Amino acid sequence: MQRSSRLALFHYWVAFATFLPAVLLGAWQMLMRSPLPAPLDDSASYYASVTLHGTAMAYVVTTFFIMGFGYAVAATSLGRPLRGMTAAWIGFAICLLGTVMAVTAILSGRASVLYTFYPPLLASGWYYGGAALLVGGSMIWVVLMILNMRAWKRDNPGHPVPLPMFAITATAILWAWAAAGVTLELVGIVLPRAFGWSDLIDASLARTLFSVTLHAIVYFWLMPAYIAFYTLVPVAAGGRMYSDTMGRLAFIMLLVFSLPVGMHHLFMDPGHGSGFKFVQSALTFLVVLPTLLTVFSTCASLEIAGRIRGGRGLLGWIRALPWDEPMVLAVALSLVMLGLGGFGGLVNMSYAMNAMIHNTSWVTAHFHLIFGGAVVIMYFAIAYEMWPRITGRPLRSKRLACAQLWLWFWGMLITTVPWHVAGLMGQPRRVAAFDYADPLNARMGGLVVVSVIGGVILLGSAILLIAILIRSHFGLRRQAMPMGYAIAVNPPLRVPPALNGFGLWNAIVAVLMVLAYGYPIGQFFFMKQHSVPAVAVTSELESGGKP
Amino acid sequence: MAEEFTNPLRQPLPDGIIPEDVVARTENRWLMIMAAMLLFMMAIIVVTGIMGAMQPSSNVELIDPTTLHLQGEFVESNLGTTAEPDGSVTVRLIATQYEFVPQCVDVPVGRAVKFRITSADVVHGFLLPGTNVNTMVVPGFVAEVRTRFTKEAEYAMPCHEFCGLGHHAMWAHVRVVPQERFGKPALLERRTCATQ
Repeated sequence: MQRSSRLALFHYWVAFATFLPAVLLGAWQMLMRSPLPAPLDDSASYYASVTLHGTAMAYVVTTFFIMGFGYAVAATSLGRPLRGMTAAWIGFAICLLGTVMAVTAILSGRASVLYTFYPPLLASGWYYGGAALLVGGSMIWVVLMILNMRAWKRDNPGHPVPLPMFAITATAILWAWAAAGVTLELVGIVLPRAFGWSDLIDASLARTLFSVTLHAIVYFWLMPAYIAFYTLVPVAAGGRMYSDTMGRLAFIMLLVFSLPVGMHHLFMDPGHGSGFKFVQSALTFLVVLPTLLTVFSTCASLEIAGRIRGGRGLLGWIRALPWDEPMVLAVALSLVMLGLGGFGGLVNMSYAMNAMIHNTSWVTAHFHLIFGGAVVIMYFAIAYEMWPRITGRPLRSKRLACAQLWLWFWGMLITTVPWHVAGLMGQPRRVAAFDYADPLNARMGGLVVVSVIGGVILLGSAILLIAILIRSHFGLRRQAMPMGYAIAVNPPLRVPPALNGFGLWNAIVAVLMVLAYGYPIGQFFFMKQHSVPAVAVTSELESGGKP
Repeated sequence: MAEEFTNPLRQPLPDGIIPEDVVARTENRWLMIMAAMLLFMMAIIVVTGIMGAMQPSSNVELIDPTTLHLQGEFVESNLGTTAEPDGSVTVRLIATQYEFVPQCVDVPVGRAVKFRITSADVVHGFLLPGTNVNTMVVPGFVAEVRTRFTKEAEYAMPCHEFCGLGHHAMWAHVRVVPQERFGKPALLERRTCATQ
């Protein structure tokens, strides 16, 4: 096993080992919220569980998976050993330590503030410290991605950086920008209060800083899926990438447009005027562009493959695609979920329409479809693609892998379609239990039960995933083909410097961030006293019974 | 499972099977379609935002959450529904762990209603399902939402933001009642229905 392969494998396994229990928690939470009886029927456990589910899925699974993917991409797409192996392992250790700290704090019951923190609620300092270490450790990965790309460019002057490396570096830079918000919130506001160094919490400023992270982090999660769309899917389908330039443009747009838009999470906040809310709502529309470009390009790549395999007519090429390839099946299922979830997202980010569904189950449904569906299903496909190359053993088996993907797809739809409807009916998010004797809740009971069935299917799919990955560690070793990335129909011989590096784009992001966030953040430093006392999350249990 | 490593379709295809200018032309066409779609959607948002007066609470009014009960418009005697001289109605509420004060309010159908709500402790939120009434309630700020109810109804009003371990118990009710049952606008009376 190559040294970088071992590094990637360790990251992947932390991600997937966290993933399975987090899915189990999710399924239990759905049971808790339903009219059905649930084991361990206790609201304090529910909120600890939501915190753990969110922290695990949003921070741990994603960060470890993407770091592992980044190391694998850097080593294989540049075709040379990864530089900075020692630093990478140190980063891994720091992230793991942070994870253990945060998880321990949540399990102790003193950190039930959900992964979005909600100051002035105050959790144990260990939780925030753990989160800060996890984010901090991942910055080593960011630096290594940038350095590896830079070193390759220095050794290959005038050559275009391979698209997978260009894209994963865009991912790293995006994460560095995105993480700045939550880091400032933790280090500047929450941790000082948790350690008792300050008395009050500026809740509205903390929310605003978190919004800087909250949208871009979703694109950080999404990027590996898009990298697979452009560079792995065409290979698995037996075709070529439609356009290398469009790929570069899409990743640049994702970097630039996903950052100055986080305030669409704050439309309903009374601490911001309508002007900047509207500006960021309009900017959010631009982030649709790279996604629509990517969908077009991916479909075009698939069409090339389908026609080469003998597909004829307007849609005949679709049937000709190799649907027994997990990567090809995954991209189709992913695009369906991306379409449905994206439609919901258009409603969320619309300055006016958001009022219908803000903080209802609709929003939960939206991000489960996009992240839990469209993105995570590509994580599965990437794992199935990389496992044989890392372990040197074939995947056992492709049919089982395809079955796992189908289960995940149907599980996700059965879960999220009822959530969308319940959200429109006004079901609030993040609620441990509903009083179904109340007629206002009773009409949602059936929907919630259906979503529980979806949750059970998802859990089954997650178990199958782990079983396939473990089984694939055993079996006859073979000479594994090296990782193959798609080459464009018209391979780029030379690309302009702007499409081969990020200097210009970082400058543009900086300007946009100052324009979009300068006033919304700056206003709090000129406002008269508005900070408030913190409220420890474990206090006042006596009034927190069931409804 | 040998096919994993001997898939003949993974052989490279020749370059340029689609000419570069054809790729560029289709992409440009798609770009135009996308731009038109986005402009259309943005226009809808602007028009509905302005014409439908669908404006989220953006008043940026400061208030000290530690002295709500001592001074200002959120003292206890001033909470609930108040009829204003101009015929409109103001509803003042406090959100606190884990209840709204008051627990139930009456508002008249067909008249302008203004909700003013603030928090005594942590972040809360509320919505009236099926309406555009939806806001965050952030301590330190007063959230203001304006609406007009077009039909009689009883709305459950849940707290929709995680506010602590009793979050799920935090529900209030808003009853939209006929004008004649609401009382005369000139009376400037406070109304709650919490005890009914």
